[in-house]
Amino acid sequence: MNIKMDFSIFGYQFMQNAILAGLLGGVACSLIGVFVVTMNLSFIGVAISHAAFAGALCGTWLGFNPLAGAFLFSLVAAAVIGPLADRGEFNPDTPIGIIFSITMGMAFLFMGLLPGPKTQALELLWGSILTVNDRDLLLLAIVAAVVVSLVVLFFKEIQAVIFHREVALAVGIPASLIFYGLLFLTGSVITASLRSIGGLLIFNLILNPAAAAYQLTYNLRLMFVLSSFFGVLSTWVGLFLSCLFDVPSGATIVIVSAVIFIIAASFSPKRKVKKWEEEVSTGPGKALFK
Amino acid sequence: MLGYSLQKGCPAFLCRRIGYVPQIQNIDPRMPVSVREVVMMGRYGRLGLLRRPGPADRRVVDSMLQLVGMSHLASRPIGHLSGGEQQRVAIARALAQEPEILLLDEPTAALDRRARVEIMTLVSEIHRSRHLTTLMVTHELKTAAAVCDRLILMKEGRIWAQGTPAEVLREELLDLLFGG
Repeated sequence: MNIKMDFSIFGYQFMQNAILAGLLGGVACSLIGVFVVTMNLSFIGVAISHAAFAGALCGTWLGFNPLAGAFLFSLVAAAVIGPLADRGEFNPDTPIGIIFSITMGMAFLFMGLLPGPKTQALELLWGSILTVNDRDLLLLAIVAAVVVSLVVLFFKEIQAVIFHREVALAVGIPASLIFYGLLFLTGSVITASLRSIGGLLIFNLILNPAAAAYQLTYNLRLMFVLSSFFGVLSTWVGLFLSCLFDVPSGATIVIVSAVIFIIAASFSPKRKVKKWEEEVSTGPGKALFK
Repeated sequence: MLGYSLQKGCPAFLCRRIGYVPQIQNIDPRMPVSVREVVMMGRYGRLGLLRRPGPADRRVVDSMLQLVGMSHLASRPIGHLSGGEQQRVAIARALAQEPEILLLDEPTAALDRRARVEIMTLVSEIHRSRHLTTLMVTHELKTAAAVCDRLILMKEGRIWAQGTPAEVLREELLDLLFGG
Protein backbone atom coordinates (compact mmCIF):
# COMPACT_ATOMS: atom_id res chain seq x y z
CA MET A 1 0.00 0.00 0.00
CA ASN A 2 2.80 2.33 0.96
CA ILE A 3 4.81 1.57 -2.18
CA LYS A 4 1.78 2.19 -4.36
CA MET A 5 1.42 5.68 -2.87
CA ASP A 6 5.09 6.42 -3.54
CA PHE A 7 4.64 5.77 -7.22
CA SER A 8 1.35 7.65 -7.59
CA ILE A 9 3.32 10.85 -7.06
CA PHE A 10 4.86 10.48 -10.53
CA GLY A 11 1.47 11.24 -12.07
CA TYR A 12 1.63 14.89 -10.96
CA GLN A 13 2.73 17.64 -13.30
CA PHE A 14 5.38 19.01 -10.88
CA MET A 15 6.93 15.56 -10.58
CA GLN A 16 7.06 15.11 -14.35
CA ASN A 17 8.69 18.54 -14.64
CA ALA A 18 11.23 17.51 -12.02
CA ILE A 19 12.04 14.29 -13.87
CA LEU A 20 12.54 16.24 -17.09
CA ALA A 21 14.67 18.84 -15.30
CA GLY A 22 16.75 16.00 -13.83
CA LEU A 23 17.30 14.53 -17.28
CA LEU A 24 18.27 17.84 -18.93
CA GLY A 25 20.29 19.20 -16.01
CA GLY A 26 21.96 15.83 -15.43
CA VAL A 27 23.09 15.56 -19.04
CA ALA A 28 24.27 19.19 -19.34
CA CYS A 29 26.14 19.25 -16.02
CA SER A 30 27.85 15.90 -16.41
CA LEU A 31 28.99 16.60 -19.98
CA ILE A 32 30.54 19.87 -18.80
CA GLY A 33 32.10 17.84 -16.00
CA VAL A 34 34.12 15.81 -18.51
CA PHE A 35 36.02 18.98 -19.52
CA VAL A 36 36.39 20.05 -15.92
CA VAL A 37 37.81 16.70 -14.79
CA THR A 38 40.09 15.98 -17.76
CA MET A 39 41.49 19.52 -17.91
CA ASN A 40 41.97 19.86 -14.13
CA LEU A 41 39.55 22.78 -13.86
CA SER A 42 37.77 21.65 -10.68
CA PHE A 43 38.62 24.73 -8.67
CA ILE A 44 37.78 27.01 -11.60
CA GLY A 45 34.37 25.38 -11.86
CA VAL A 46 33.70 25.87 -8.15
CA ALA A 47 34.62 29.54 -8.46
CA ILE A 48 32.36 30.01 -11.50
CA SER A 49 29.42 28.31 -9.82
CA HIS A 50 29.72 30.52 -6.75
CA ALA A 51 29.97 33.58 -8.97
CA ALA A 52 26.71 32.48 -10.60
CA PHE A 53 25.09 32.18 -7.20
CA ALA A 54 26.31 35.66 -6.17
CA GLY A 55 25.03 37.02 -9.49
CA ALA A 56 21.61 35.49 -8.96
CA LEU A 57 21.37 37.10 -5.52
CA CYS A 58 22.53 40.41 -6.94
CA GLY A 59 19.82 40.16 -9.61
CA THR A 60 17.19 39.41 -6.98
CA TRP A 61 18.35 42.34 -4.87
CA LEU A 62 18.29 44.78 -7.78
CA GLY A 63 14.87 43.48 -8.82
CA PHE A 64 15.67 41.95 -12.22
CA ASN A 65 15.78 38.32 -13.28
CA PRO A 66 18.14 36.39 -10.97
CA LEU A 67 19.20 34.14 -13.84
CA ALA A 68 20.34 37.15 -15.87
CA GLY A 69 22.51 38.18 -12.93
CA ALA A 70 23.85 34.63 -12.58
CA PHE A 71 24.69 34.44 -16.27
CA LEU A 72 26.47 37.79 -16.24
CA PHE A 73 28.49 37.00 -13.09
CA SER A 74 29.53 33.55 -14.28
CA LEU A 75 30.69 34.93 -17.63
CA VAL A 76 32.71 37.64 -15.89
CA ALA A 77 34.22 35.04 -13.54
CA ALA A 78 35.14 32.82 -16.52
CA ALA A 79 36.68 35.79 -18.33
CA VAL A 80 38.76 36.74 -15.28
CA ILE A 81 39.82 33.22 -14.32
CA GLY A 82 40.54 31.94 -17.86
CA PRO A 83 43.74 33.97 -18.37
CA LEU A 84 45.00 32.89 -14.93
CA ALA A 85 44.72 29.23 -15.91
CA ASP A 86 46.11 30.08 -19.33
CA ARG A 87 49.55 30.94 -18.00
CA GLY A 88 50.42 27.29 -18.01
CA GLU A 89 53.14 26.38 -15.56
CA PHE A 90 52.30 29.10 -13.06
CA ASN A 91 50.04 27.59 -10.41
CA PRO A 92 46.68 29.41 -10.59
CA ASP A 93 45.24 28.07 -7.32
CA THR A 94 45.99 31.14 -5.23
CA PRO A 95 44.47 33.79 -7.55
CA ILE A 96 41.46 31.54 -8.22
CA GLY A 97 41.08 31.04 -4.48
CA ILE A 98 41.00 34.80 -4.01
CA ILE A 99 38.34 35.21 -6.71
CA PHE A 100 36.38 32.36 -5.13
CA SER A 101 36.43 34.07 -1.74
CA ILE A 102 35.35 37.36 -3.33
CA THR A 103 32.34 35.71 -4.97
CA MET A 104 31.41 34.03 -1.68
CA GLY A 105 31.67 37.37 0.10
CA MET A 106 29.48 39.03 -2.50
CA ALA A 107 26.90 36.26 -2.27
CA PHE A 108 26.53 36.77 1.48
CA LEU A 109 26.55 40.54 1.09
CA PHE A 110 23.64 40.45 -1.38
CA MET A 111 21.84 37.95 0.81
CA GLY A 112 22.18 40.33 3.75
CA LEU A 113 20.97 43.26 1.64
CA LEU A 114 17.82 41.42 0.54
CA PRO A 115 14.85 42.73 2.51
CA GLY A 116 12.23 40.46 4.09
CA PRO A 117 12.28 36.67 4.22
CA LYS A 118 15.16 35.00 2.41
CA THR A 119 13.20 32.05 1.00
CA GLN A 120 14.03 32.90 -2.60
CA ALA A 121 17.73 33.31 -1.79
CA LEU A 122 17.86 30.02 0.08
CA GLU A 123 16.10 28.33 -2.83
CA LEU A 124 18.93 29.48 -5.09
CA LEU A 125 21.40 28.07 -2.61
CA TRP A 126 19.80 24.63 -2.17
CA GLY A 127 17.77 24.49 -5.35
CA SER A 128 14.33 22.96 -5.61
CA ILE A 129 13.82 20.70 -8.55
CA LEU A 130 10.21 20.10 -7.50
CA THR A 131 9.16 23.68 -8.26
CA VAL A 132 10.73 24.18 -11.69
CA ASN A 133 8.37 25.89 -14.11
CA ASP A 134 8.05 25.73 -17.88
CA ARG A 135 10.44 28.63 -18.39
CA ASP A 136 13.16 26.94 -16.32
CA LEU A 137 12.62 23.76 -18.31
CA LEU A 138 12.86 25.61 -21.62
CA LEU A 139 16.14 27.24 -20.55
CA LEU A 140 17.51 23.88 -19.38
CA ALA A 141 16.44 22.23 -22.64
CA ILE A 142 18.16 24.92 -24.74
CA VAL A 143 21.40 24.73 -22.74
CA ALA A 144 21.41 20.91 -22.75
CA ALA A 145 20.81 20.88 -26.52
CA VAL A 146 23.63 23.38 -27.07
CA VAL A 147 26.07 21.38 -24.92
CA VAL A 148 25.22 18.05 -26.58
CA SER A 149 25.50 19.46 -30.10
CA LEU A 150 28.78 21.26 -29.38
CA VAL A 151 30.30 18.07 -27.96
CA VAL A 152 29.17 16.08 -31.02
CA LEU A 153 30.15 18.70 -33.62
CA PHE A 154 33.50 19.71 -32.15
CA PHE A 155 34.49 16.37 -30.63
CA LYS A 156 37.88 16.18 -32.32
CA GLU A 157 38.82 19.75 -31.42
CA ILE A 158 37.68 19.23 -27.81
CA GLN A 159 39.65 15.98 -27.66
CA ALA A 160 42.82 17.71 -28.86
CA VAL A 161 42.41 20.58 -26.39
CA ILE A 162 41.80 18.12 -23.53
CA PHE A 163 44.93 16.18 -24.51
CA HIS A 164 47.30 19.11 -24.82
CA ARG A 165 46.54 22.72 -25.63
CA GLU A 166 49.97 23.44 -27.07
CA VAL A 167 49.65 20.46 -29.41
CA ALA A 168 46.13 21.48 -30.40
CA LEU A 169 47.44 24.94 -31.27
CA ALA A 170 50.39 23.46 -33.18
CA VAL A 171 48.19 21.34 -35.48
CA GLY A 172 46.14 24.45 -36.30
CA ILE A 173 43.15 24.14 -33.97
CA PRO A 174 41.87 27.40 -32.39
CA ALA A 175 42.74 26.08 -28.91
CA SER A 176 42.18 29.28 -26.92
CA LEU A 177 38.79 29.85 -28.54
CA ILE A 178 37.75 26.30 -27.61
CA PHE A 179 39.11 26.68 -24.06
CA TYR A 180 37.26 29.93 -23.39
CA GLY A 181 34.19 28.54 -25.11
CA LEU A 182 34.21 25.67 -22.63
CA LEU A 183 34.55 28.05 -19.67
CA PHE A 184 31.61 30.16 -20.90
CA LEU A 185 29.63 27.00 -21.53
CA THR A 186 30.30 25.96 -17.93
CA GLY A 187 28.92 29.33 -16.79
CA SER A 188 25.78 28.90 -18.91
CA VAL A 189 25.09 25.37 -17.69
CA ILE A 190 25.51 26.45 -14.08
CA THR A 191 23.13 29.38 -14.62
CA ALA A 192 20.48 27.21 -16.24
CA SER A 193 20.67 24.59 -13.46
CA LEU A 194 20.80 27.08 -10.59
CA ARG A 195 17.06 27.06 -9.79
CA SER A 196 16.68 23.29 -9.85
CA ILE A 197 19.94 22.07 -8.27
CA GLY A 198 21.12 25.15 -6.35
CA GLY A 199 24.29 27.21 -6.21
CA LEU A 200 25.99 25.23 -3.47
CA LEU A 201 25.25 21.81 -4.85
CA ILE A 202 25.51 22.33 -8.59
CA PHE A 203 29.21 21.74 -8.73
CA ASN A 204 28.92 18.27 -7.25
CA LEU A 205 26.63 17.27 -10.10
CA ILE A 206 29.24 18.60 -12.54
CA LEU A 207 32.22 16.94 -10.90
CA ASN A 208 31.03 13.60 -9.48
CA PRO A 209 29.53 11.86 -12.55
CA ALA A 210 32.50 12.86 -14.73
CA ALA A 211 35.01 11.86 -12.06
CA ALA A 212 33.26 8.48 -11.78
CA ALA A 213 33.39 8.03 -15.57
CA TYR A 214 37.06 9.06 -15.56
CA GLN A 215 37.80 6.15 -13.24
CA LEU A 216 36.26 3.64 -15.60
CA THR A 217 37.43 4.31 -19.14
CA TYR A 218 40.35 5.34 -21.35
CA ASN A 219 37.99 6.24 -24.17
CA LEU A 220 36.85 9.87 -24.26
CA ARG A 221 33.65 9.11 -26.20
CA LEU A 222 32.66 6.49 -23.67
CA MET A 223 33.56 8.88 -20.86
CA PHE A 224 31.06 11.45 -22.19
CA VAL A 225 28.36 8.76 -22.43
CA LEU A 226 29.06 7.24 -19.00
CA SER A 227 29.23 10.66 -17.39
CA SER A 228 25.83 11.73 -18.69
CA PHE A 229 24.37 8.36 -17.70
CA PHE A 230 25.69 8.80 -14.15
CA GLY A 231 24.45 12.40 -14.11
CA VAL A 232 20.87 11.43 -15.03
CA LEU A 233 21.00 8.43 -12.70
CA SER A 234 22.03 10.76 -9.84
CA THR A 235 19.18 13.21 -10.42
CA TRP A 236 16.52 10.53 -10.87
CA VAL A 237 17.54 8.32 -7.96
CA GLY A 238 18.10 11.44 -5.85
CA LEU A 239 14.64 12.71 -6.73
CA PHE A 240 13.10 9.37 -5.85
CA LEU A 241 14.90 9.22 -2.49
CA SER A 242 13.93 12.81 -1.77
CA CYS A 243 10.23 11.95 -2.20
CA LEU A 244 10.59 8.70 -0.31
CA PHE A 245 12.18 10.23 2.78
CA ASP A 246 10.79 13.77 2.41
CA VAL A 247 14.23 15.43 2.42
CA PRO A 248 15.66 18.22 0.16
CA SER A 249 16.18 16.92 -3.39
CA GLY A 250 19.42 18.83 -4.04
CA ALA A 251 21.05 17.02 -1.13
CA THR A 252 19.92 13.53 -2.16
CA ILE A 253 21.02 14.14 -5.77
CA VAL A 254 24.50 15.11 -4.66
CA ILE A 255 24.77 12.21 -2.21
CA VAL A 256 23.73 9.72 -4.91
CA SER A 257 26.33 11.17 -7.32
CA ALA A 258 29.00 10.91 -4.63
CA VAL A 259 28.07 7.27 -3.93
CA ILE A 260 28.34 6.52 -7.67
CA PHE A 261 31.80 8.07 -7.66
CA ILE A 262 32.92 6.03 -4.64
CA ILE A 263 31.69 2.80 -6.25
CA ALA A 264 33.41 3.67 -9.56
CA ALA A 265 36.65 4.59 -7.80
CA SER A 266 36.76 1.34 -5.84
CA PHE A 267 36.22 -0.77 -8.96
CA SER A 268 38.41 1.38 -11.18
CA PRO A 269 40.83 -0.45 -13.51
CA LYS A 270 42.97 2.69 -13.28
CA ARG A 271 43.92 1.86 -9.72
CA LYS A 272 46.39 -0.52 -11.32
CA VAL A 273 48.13 2.46 -12.92
CA LYS A 274 49.05 3.81 -9.55
CA LYS A 275 50.54 0.49 -8.46
CA TRP A 276 52.35 0.27 -11.78
CA GLU A 277 53.85 3.72 -11.30
CA GLU A 278 55.08 2.73 -7.86
CA GLU A 279 56.70 -0.39 -9.27
CA VAL A 280 58.41 1.53 -12.05
CA SER A 281 59.77 4.07 -9.61
CA THR A 282 61.22 1.31 -7.44
CA GLY A 283 62.79 -0.57 -10.35
CA PRO A 284 61.27 -3.84 -11.57
CA GLY A 285 57.80 -4.15 -13.03
CA LYS A 286 58.34 -2.40 -16.31
CA ALA A 287 58.80 -5.79 -17.95
CA LEU A 288 55.17 -6.50 -17.10
CA PHE A 289 54.06 -3.94 -19.66
CA LYS A 290 56.38 -4.91 -22.49
CA MET B 1 59.01 31.48 -42.78
CA LEU B 2 57.69 29.64 -45.87
CA GLY B 3 57.50 33.12 -47.39
CA TYR B 4 55.48 34.70 -44.56
CA SER B 5 56.49 37.26 -41.97
CA LEU B 6 55.98 36.09 -38.39
CA GLN B 7 55.68 39.59 -36.91
CA LYS B 8 52.11 38.92 -35.80
CA GLY B 9 52.65 35.37 -34.51
CA CYS B 10 51.91 32.15 -36.33
CA PRO B 11 48.45 31.98 -37.95
CA ALA B 12 46.66 28.59 -37.97
CA PHE B 13 47.10 27.99 -41.72
CA LEU B 14 50.86 28.36 -41.29
CA CYS B 15 50.97 26.24 -38.11
CA ARG B 16 49.42 23.38 -40.08
CA ARG B 17 52.39 23.36 -42.43
CA ILE B 18 54.87 22.94 -39.58
CA GLY B 19 55.12 19.67 -37.69
CA TYR B 20 55.91 20.77 -34.15
CA VAL B 21 57.17 18.34 -31.51
CA PRO B 22 57.11 20.10 -28.13
CA GLN B 23 59.32 19.16 -25.17
CA ILE B 24 58.33 15.99 -23.37
CA GLN B 25 55.73 16.73 -20.74
CA ASN B 26 54.12 14.71 -18.02
CA ILE B 27 50.90 13.21 -19.28
CA ASP B 28 48.32 12.00 -16.76
CA PRO B 29 48.40 8.17 -16.96
CA ARG B 30 44.60 8.21 -16.75
CA MET B 31 44.23 10.53 -19.78
CA PRO B 32 41.36 9.07 -21.86
CA VAL B 33 43.19 9.35 -25.20
CA SER B 34 44.87 6.47 -27.08
CA VAL B 35 48.14 6.52 -29.03
CA ARG B 36 46.28 6.24 -32.35
CA GLU B 37 44.02 9.17 -31.41
CA VAL B 38 47.05 11.33 -30.59
CA VAL B 39 48.57 10.66 -34.01
CA MET B 40 45.19 11.33 -35.63
CA MET B 41 45.26 14.80 -34.03
CA GLY B 42 47.94 15.64 -36.58
CA ARG B 43 45.19 15.36 -39.23
CA TYR B 44 42.68 17.58 -37.35
CA GLY B 45 44.10 20.91 -38.51
CA ARG B 46 44.02 19.81 -42.15
CA LEU B 47 40.51 18.44 -41.80
CA GLY B 48 39.16 21.71 -40.43
CA LEU B 49 36.07 22.16 -38.27
CA LEU B 50 33.06 19.86 -38.55
CA ARG B 51 34.80 17.19 -40.64
CA ARG B 52 35.60 13.73 -39.39
CA PRO B 53 38.71 11.70 -40.23
CA GLY B 54 38.15 9.36 -43.20
CA PRO B 55 39.90 6.21 -44.51
CA ALA B 56 42.66 8.30 -46.11
CA ASP B 57 43.47 9.88 -42.73
CA ARG B 58 43.49 6.48 -41.07
CA ARG B 59 45.95 5.21 -43.68
CA VAL B 60 48.28 8.14 -43.00
CA VAL B 61 48.06 7.52 -39.26
CA ASP B 62 48.78 3.79 -39.66
CA SER B 63 51.80 4.41 -41.84
CA MET B 64 53.21 7.03 -39.45
CA LEU B 65 52.74 4.68 -36.50
CA GLN B 66 54.64 2.06 -38.44
CA LEU B 67 57.37 4.52 -39.37
CA VAL B 68 58.11 5.36 -35.72
CA GLY B 69 57.70 1.73 -34.65
CA MET B 70 54.65 2.28 -32.46
CA SER B 71 52.02 0.20 -34.31
CA HIS B 72 52.01 -2.46 -31.61
CA LEU B 73 51.10 0.14 -28.95
CA ALA B 74 48.49 1.97 -31.06
CA SER B 75 45.53 1.23 -28.81
CA ARG B 76 47.34 1.89 -25.51
CA PRO B 77 46.36 4.96 -23.47
CA ILE B 78 48.98 7.61 -24.26
CA GLY B 79 49.75 8.17 -20.56
CA HIS B 80 50.95 4.57 -20.16
CA LEU B 81 53.92 5.00 -22.51
CA SER B 82 57.49 5.76 -21.48
CA GLY B 83 59.11 9.11 -22.29
CA GLY B 84 60.89 7.77 -25.38
CA GLU B 85 57.74 6.08 -26.66
CA GLN B 86 55.70 9.26 -26.12
CA GLN B 87 58.30 11.16 -28.08
CA ARG B 88 57.98 8.71 -30.99
CA VAL B 89 54.21 9.20 -30.92
CA ALA B 90 54.70 12.99 -30.93
CA ILE B 91 56.92 12.70 -34.01
CA ALA B 92 54.32 10.49 -35.71
CA ARG B 93 51.65 13.09 -34.94
CA ALA B 94 53.78 15.89 -36.36
CA LEU B 95 54.44 13.83 -39.51
CA ALA B 96 50.74 12.98 -39.87
CA GLN B 97 50.28 16.70 -40.54
CA GLU B 98 52.32 16.12 -43.71
CA PRO B 99 54.34 19.20 -42.83
CA GLU B 100 56.88 21.12 -44.87
CA ILE B 101 59.11 21.63 -41.84
CA LEU B 102 59.63 19.37 -38.85
CA LEU B 103 60.35 21.45 -35.76
CA LEU B 104 61.62 19.70 -32.62
CA ASP B 105 62.07 21.41 -29.26
CA GLU B 106 64.66 19.59 -27.12
CA PRO B 107 63.54 16.19 -28.46
CA THR B 108 65.93 14.24 -26.24
CA ALA B 109 65.73 16.20 -23.00
CA ALA B 110 64.70 14.06 -20.02
CA LEU B 111 65.45 10.81 -21.88
CA ASP B 112 67.96 8.15 -20.94
CA ARG B 113 70.95 7.52 -23.19
CA ARG B 114 69.47 4.62 -25.15
CA ALA B 115 66.18 6.41 -25.85
CA ARG B 116 68.16 9.51 -26.83
CA VAL B 117 70.15 7.61 -29.46
CA GLU B 118 67.00 5.88 -30.75
CA ILE B 119 65.08 9.16 -31.13
CA MET B 120 67.97 10.89 -32.88
CA THR B 121 68.42 7.92 -35.25
CA LEU B 122 64.70 8.06 -36.03
CA VAL B 123 64.78 11.82 -36.67
CA SER B 124 67.77 11.61 -39.02
CA GLU B 125 66.25 8.62 -40.87
CA ILE B 126 63.04 10.57 -41.41
CA HIS B 127 65.02 13.60 -42.52
CA ARG B 128 66.95 11.57 -45.12
CA SER B 129 64.22 9.30 -46.41
CA ARG B 130 61.47 11.94 -46.68
CA HIS B 131 63.69 14.91 -47.60
CA LEU B 132 61.98 16.89 -44.89
CA THR B 133 63.52 20.13 -43.63
CA THR B 134 64.19 19.41 -39.97
CA LEU B 135 64.91 22.09 -37.42
CA MET B 136 65.87 21.10 -33.90
CA VAL B 137 66.57 23.06 -30.74
CA THR B 138 68.99 21.31 -28.40
CA HIS B 139 71.53 21.87 -25.66
CA GLU B 140 73.37 18.64 -26.34
CA LEU B 141 76.34 19.53 -28.51
CA LYS B 142 77.36 15.90 -29.05
CA THR B 143 73.95 14.96 -30.38
CA ALA B 144 73.84 18.03 -32.57
CA ALA B 145 77.28 17.29 -34.02
CA ALA B 146 76.32 13.70 -34.76
CA VAL B 147 73.08 14.27 -36.67
CA CYS B 148 72.95 17.85 -37.95
CA ASP B 149 74.20 19.14 -41.31
CA ARG B 150 74.23 22.69 -40.15
CA LEU B 151 74.42 24.29 -36.72
CA ILE B 152 73.39 27.73 -35.59
CA LEU B 153 74.71 28.77 -32.20
CA MET B 154 72.54 31.27 -30.42
CA LYS B 155 73.24 33.51 -27.48
CA GLU B 156 70.81 35.91 -25.83
CA GLY B 157 68.34 35.48 -28.65
CA ARG B 158 70.80 36.34 -31.42
CA ILE B 159 72.62 34.19 -33.95
CA TRP B 160 76.17 33.89 -32.67
CA ALA B 161 77.77 31.57 -35.21
CA GLN B 162 76.66 29.21 -37.97
CA GLY B 163 78.10 26.58 -40.26
CA THR B 164 78.78 22.85 -40.42
CA PRO B 165 79.46 21.07 -37.12
CA ALA B 166 83.19 20.95 -37.95
CA GLU B 167 83.31 24.69 -38.55
CA VAL B 168 81.26 25.70 -35.54
CA LEU B 169 82.12 23.25 -32.80
CA ARG B 170 85.70 24.36 -32.22
CA GLU B 171 87.14 24.54 -28.76
CA GLU B 172 88.07 28.25 -28.87
CA LEU B 173 84.68 29.26 -30.31
CA LEU B 174 82.79 27.33 -27.63
CA ASP B 175 84.99 28.77 -24.88
CA LEU B 176 84.08 32.22 -26.12
CA LEU B 177 80.35 31.35 -26.38
CA PHE B 178 80.00 29.87 -22.92
CA GLY B 179 82.63 32.04 -21.26
CA GLY B 180 82.00 35.61 -22.31
